[in-house]
Amino acid sequence: MAEPLLRVRDLRTYFYTENGVARAVDGISFEIGAGETVGLVGESGCGKSVTALSVLRLVRPPGRIEQGSELIFDGKNLATLDEREMRAIRGARVSMVFQEPMTALNPVFTVGDQIAEVVRVHNAGSKQDAWARAVQMLETVGIPSPEQRATEYPHQLSGGMRQRVVIAMALIMNPALVIADEPTTALDVTIQAQILELLRDLQQRFGTSILLITHDLGVVAETVSRVIVMYGGEIVEEAPVNHLFARAHHPYTEGLLNAMPRVGHERERLATIPGSVPPPTNWPAACRFHDRCPYAWERCATEHPPLYPIAKGHVSRCHLADEPKRRAEKHDPLVVARGAST
Amino acid sequence: MSVTARAAVATKPLVSVRGLTKHFPIKKGLFGKPSGYVRAVDGVSFDVMPGETLGLVGESGCGKSTTGRMILRLIEPTAGSVEFDGINLVALNSSEMRKLRRRIQVIFQDPFSSLNPRMSVGGIIREGLTIHKLAEGEAADARVRQLLEEVGLRSEYASRYPHEFSGGQRQRIGIARALAVEPSFIVCDEPVSALDVSVQAQVINLMQDLQRHRGLAYLFIAHDLSVVEHIADRVAVMYLGKIVELANATDLYREPLMPYTQALLSAVPVADPTAKKSRLMLSGDVPSPANPPSGCVFHPRCPHPAKDAACAAIVPPLEEKAPGHWVACIKQPPTSVEWSVQQAAGGTKPPVRSLPVVTTQT
Repeated sequence: MAEPLLRVRDLRTYFYTENGVARAVDGISFEIGAGETVGLVGESGCGKSVTALSVLRLVRPPGRIEQGSELIFDGKNLATLDEREMRAIRGARVSMVFQEPMTALNPVFTVGDQIAEVVRVHNAGSKQDAWARAVQMLETVGIPSPEQRATEYPHQLSGGMRQRVVIAMALIMNPALVIADEPTTALDVTIQAQILELLRDLQQRFGTSILLITHDLGVVAETVSRVIVMYGGEIVEEAPVNHLFARAHHPYTEGLLNAMPRVGHERERLATIPGSVPPPTNWPAACRFHDRCPYAWERCATEHPPLYPIAKGHVSRCHLADEPKRRAEKHDPLVVARGAST
Repeated sequence: MSVTARAAVATKPLVSVRGLTKHFPIKKGLFGKPSGYVRAVDGVSFDVMPGETLGLVGESGCGKSTTGRMILRLIEPTAGSVEFDGINLVALNSSEMRKLRRRIQVIFQDPFSSLNPRMSVGGIIREGLTIHKLAEGEAADARVRQLLEEVGLRSEYASRYPHEFSGGQRQRIGIARALAVEPSFIVCDEPVSALDVSVQAQVINLMQDLQRHRGLAYLFIAHDLSVVEHIADRVAVMYLGKIVELANATDLYREPLMPYTQALLSAVPVADPTAKKSRLMLSGDVPSPANPPSGCVFHPRCPHPAKDAACAAIVPPLEEKAPGHWVACIKQPPTSVEWSVQQAAGGTKPPVRSLPVVTTQT
């Protein structure tokens, strides 16, 4: 395989808070190939959004990317670039689509101005040129009467249209990588379908790589080719999308898939994962999932599991890979009686 | 599920909503006369049986939350009636309504803003007991402890404050508060949409257990169609302030008849990468409820093959197309709007049954 577009090695992003050091992202490594769509999934507080902010170097104090973290992109380590060099890359080579289109846009500028500004900041054209490209981009992302819309302000557009504007801003410089952080979470399901279709279509036309961050496994199943699952600031499983849904290995992934109500499925009782996500200032020792895991045994509380290879392109941070018969011993472990809390 | 069994036992609805309407005035200036109305809810009717869960689904701005709030009288309806156990809630004065609130409770979406941060968990749960003079002193303390255990929390949490808890735990506290006064009906306004998947499953299971043990009826308002399918016995779909389809959950999800429901269901992402999916994509956005389309409010976006000028002229009645399956569409046969009437309104395409394939799962 050719050199990946982005290679993340041992990324650690810590927040130095009054309550201690929050190890939000704690030593993750992954790659994204050219033209590939990768999904990064997990629940609140697992570190997926901090990963995105780290790649774009948008982590603010008290957060900091720790020394030794590598974000290799275009042959450069983004983790060590100075702000001026980073600014040339941000928005041009790597760009981001945020969750909340209302807060991602400036309410006092027209959407055309905001898109054109991206071109101007990167000295990629005259004012007229930038405006023309903005209008053209609005058309590309499926906004009807783009000349008219370009002169309007964000509040004049619907939620779905605003998200299209944010996507237009992210794509106008034709970046190699777009990081989309929950791009459809704030949208209604019919609008979500439109936006996901748009992202798929744009990716095919421009060959852009996409890192799609989401908590929605349905969105992942329909959009990406490879999935990375995070829990407790770590990658706990990584697999091609078909593998992950057919043969999830890590008990956390298995739990997530079983806890999800699905349209068209029998209305049996939902499986639950007991307890809740631990705080990043206080990850459990050894395996970070062991206190919620139905299979956990002594080893899980004493030895930090590595990422074990499961199949081609499939790894899992679980000692079950080493001692698979322990899984068979438990019959239906995820159906825990009424989700006990605490 | 015991939908039919329940329906056979309980033939009298617990809650009966008829023609419920809310038009918010659009005012220009401070003292200006209304220049128009936002038709947030426009003539909504449905029943909720004792012990039943009625799901109310739709996209943002369809009026589902306003409907829930009008039933609770947190918003005053412009027109229509809400009958609870034979009493018309809309006609009650505020002290009568307060007494009745013992039997009608609410669980809100946001477990962070719906609990008073200055009150202990015990205080929050006790408040209802005190207001309705159900228990005091030692008896109230015992009741609080029992409720906490019932929702899966430790009884010693009574002395703690909301900020010490996670989202899922707070939602359990909100449920304990609602249960304290022993209601028979709970309006649940997006009760799990702020929660993570694993925690969401815990809360859904808890709500189902409580319903079974206590015979509660729920109006379950949500935008997540898979959650609603899981929990609801019957489901009503709203679009632009109107109910466009109402049926038992199995029928609605297996054979949606209203083209809007068909599109809505087909837009739900399927968590199965091998599923073959033909998606019915809707173009454009939901029109403004300040200026809803004429006739069928869905007609400008409707993909039904027989859509014609009649759809823009005739307001479709919500009619029973199959036993218990109510649909507002004059193009989905059978319909009481005769073909000759449709032709007189400019109709050119006779009604034809259209059931686009929604999903095929492998």
